[in-house]
Amino acid sequence: MSECHSGPTPATLPIVPGNGSANPDRRVVAIIGPPNAGKSTLFNRLTGLRQKVANFPGVTVEQRVGKARIGGKREVNLVDLPGVYSLDPRTEDERVTHDVLLGKMPGIPRPDAVLLVLDSTSLSRHLMLAAPVLGLGLPTLVILTMADELERRGGEVDCAALAKQLGAPVALVSAAKGEGLETVIEFLSGAFGVPTPVQLPVLQDVPRCRQWAQAVGSQARYRSPAPPIWTRRLDSVFLHPVLGPLIFLVVVVAVFQTIFTGAAPMMDAVEEAIAVSGQWIANLLPDSPVRSLLIDGVWSGVGSVVVFLPQILLLFLFIGILEDSGYLARAALIADRTMAKVGLQGKSFIPLLSAYACAVPAILATRTIENKRDRIATMLIAPFMTCSARLPVYTLIIAAFLPDRPLLGPVLGLRAAAMLALYVIGFLAAVVTARILKSSILKSDRTPFVLEMPPYRWPTVQSIGLRLIDRAKVFLRRAGTVILGVTVLLWILASFPMKDGQAPPIEESIAGAVGKSVEPLIQPLGFNWKVGIGLITSLAAREVIVGTLGTIYGMESESETEGLQQALQQDLSLAGAVALLIFFAFAMQCISTIAVVRRETGGWKWPVIQFAYMSGLAYVSALAAYQIVSRLG
Amino acid sequence: MLQLSFKKPHPHVSHSLADLRPGEEAVLEHIDLPEDFARRLMELGFLPGSTIAAARSAPGGDPRVYRVDGSEIALRRETATRLHVRTFRS
Repeated sequence: MSECHSGPTPATLPIVPGNGSANPDRRVVAIIGPPNAGKSTLFNRLTGLRQKVANFPGVTVEQRVGKARIGGKREVNLVDLPGVYSLDPRTEDERVTHDVLLGKMPGIPRPDAVLLVLDSTSLSRHLMLAAPVLGLGLPTLVILTMADELERRGGEVDCAALAKQLGAPVALVSAAKGEGLETVIEFLSGAFGVPTPVQLPVLQDVPRCRQWAQAVGSQARYRSPAPPIWTRRLDSVFLHPVLGPLIFLVVVVAVFQTIFTGAAPMMDAVEEAIAVSGQWIANLLPDSPVRSLLIDGVWSGVGSVVVFLPQILLLFLFIGILEDSGYLARAALIADRTMAKVGLQGKSFIPLLSAYACAVPAILATRTIENKRDRIATMLIAPFMTCSARLPVYTLIIAAFLPDRPLLGPVLGLRAAAMLALYVIGFLAAVVTARILKSSILKSDRTPFVLEMPPYRWPTVQSIGLRLIDRAKVFLRRAGTVILGVTVLLWILASFPMKDGQAPPIEESIAGAVGKSVEPLIQPLGFNWKVGIGLITSLAAREVIVGTLGTIYGMESESETEGLQQALQQDLSLAGAVALLIFFAFAMQCISTIAVVRRETGGWKWPVIQFAYMSGLAYVSALAAYQIVSRLG
Repeated sequence: MLQLSFKKPHPHVSHSLADLRPGEEAVLEHIDLPEDFARRLMELGFLPGSTIAAARSAPGGDPRVYRVDGSEIALRRETATRLHVRTFRS
């Protein structure tokens, strides 16, 4: 059995005193604790910075830094670390925690102090982490979270006695409600005191650490709370052999239906606002190329993407509720058998599920997978999951080509069903690819699966609200940078070479020429040169194609703002529309994803394989779809 | 907690964790798994001598949730068969 203290033992560590960093007003404080103990919620409370929190072990996969203002002037840099059970680095995210604490993480100075966050409802187990952390000799505040839950379930703990046992101050807080944070702020603003040395478990094995934790807990008169009754009751429904999978399906269908129908009025409102404000600006400006750039280029391009903000926020709202409530862990449990069939494991399910929002955080979330080959396989299939950037593309094409009529009574409309089908084929592509990878180049032994089931908790408005604001910011920032940039570039390419000081018809512009040059390649898929331009610009990000088409049609139809949908109907047949949907379901049109896969795998090999594979699959499938559908008539 | 103290009928018969019926309790004897994985399980509360109860499972019975030390941990059947326990069955 190896040790509880890992890596260098405290004795061999060069113990830097607490005020190690030169400037006392820019101190670095690390937040450390076991997974799902409430570190991120506390971090959010203290910094106000948007940090993703979820009721699922292992959500923080990268260290995040935020500034907390203490008493108005003093600033403390807080580092939120991935959850760990010990300081022995076994998975990628545990290694991050280990390196930051020992000052080995480039770019982050060794912390001046530590906030050790432990869940008060599982204190006897979580206290085990106190031994190696206190052994670091850094000034430490022990924070016991979920105080409200502990009390409600009839548990208790004597903080003063615990502080005496640990030789470090102890605060009992409820981070979600913001109770008990005064002690934390007091600690952060005060002079950091080095903990009083106490007897830590010398024998470095887990049972000894556990015994020590047990002894400390009973000295602090810790009474563990009663089992969470509601969690058991809910699990008897959600993990019911028959009801469980059924509820899972109902949840998924309900989410899609709401995203499609519930967002519609909001999207109409945004569209209206963009059209009205565009007209308003147009009236203010004299007729000039600048006005054309602003209205036809920027406004119709960026505007046609911004319209999808309500839909994307709604998707994130649902994912947020599923994560924070604790249901996601149950979903991972239900999915494990299915994942095992394709050679993966339940843990891959979480990154894959978050890939429905965006592949980039999903690929970061694969760090919790210990097995390297499983991790790479998960990264490679994650972009097949239907991310939110595909939503604008899907919505546009489906709304233009499919009538809005009920399919299964009021439960499921035809459009929502088409959307659901696209999600399903993305998922199937992922599953088949995983199967291929895991039985060939990424073959490995089946990895053990251990998953902690957190108790169910009410998602808080604050946590989900912060995340939605953050998502909206990310989306708008992208609309304001990548999409704006591509749109302006496209406008320039579509406006030159000028003829008599006027922009040429798009066909004769540079952009038109580029589109025409790829037309022979994409004609068998039912796409013309305009769609071709969109396919090229969407290499930057999928939703760019919507803005591109918005720009092209905006420049084409002189004054009257013809709807994007009607314009598309002129340019694509139904078969072409199906092919385009399938192309977008499979193609890896996203520079951010390529970049993050390169970074996480440490080279170009995997992203290149992934891009070639996905593009090839997209092309072949779209070709087949077009040929089949157009023959069916 | 280490619940060797409240002995029900004398525990005997050696089984694996995977043999437990839902709701049944047993005392963990030893973990027959590679060291780092065994350590991870011990950090989660699967310590020799602790009482483990089988709880709900995914459809089909695998993986299954086990209650140990106040928390609930899901394990696959293939892992649970490597955890040897003494049951309270007569």
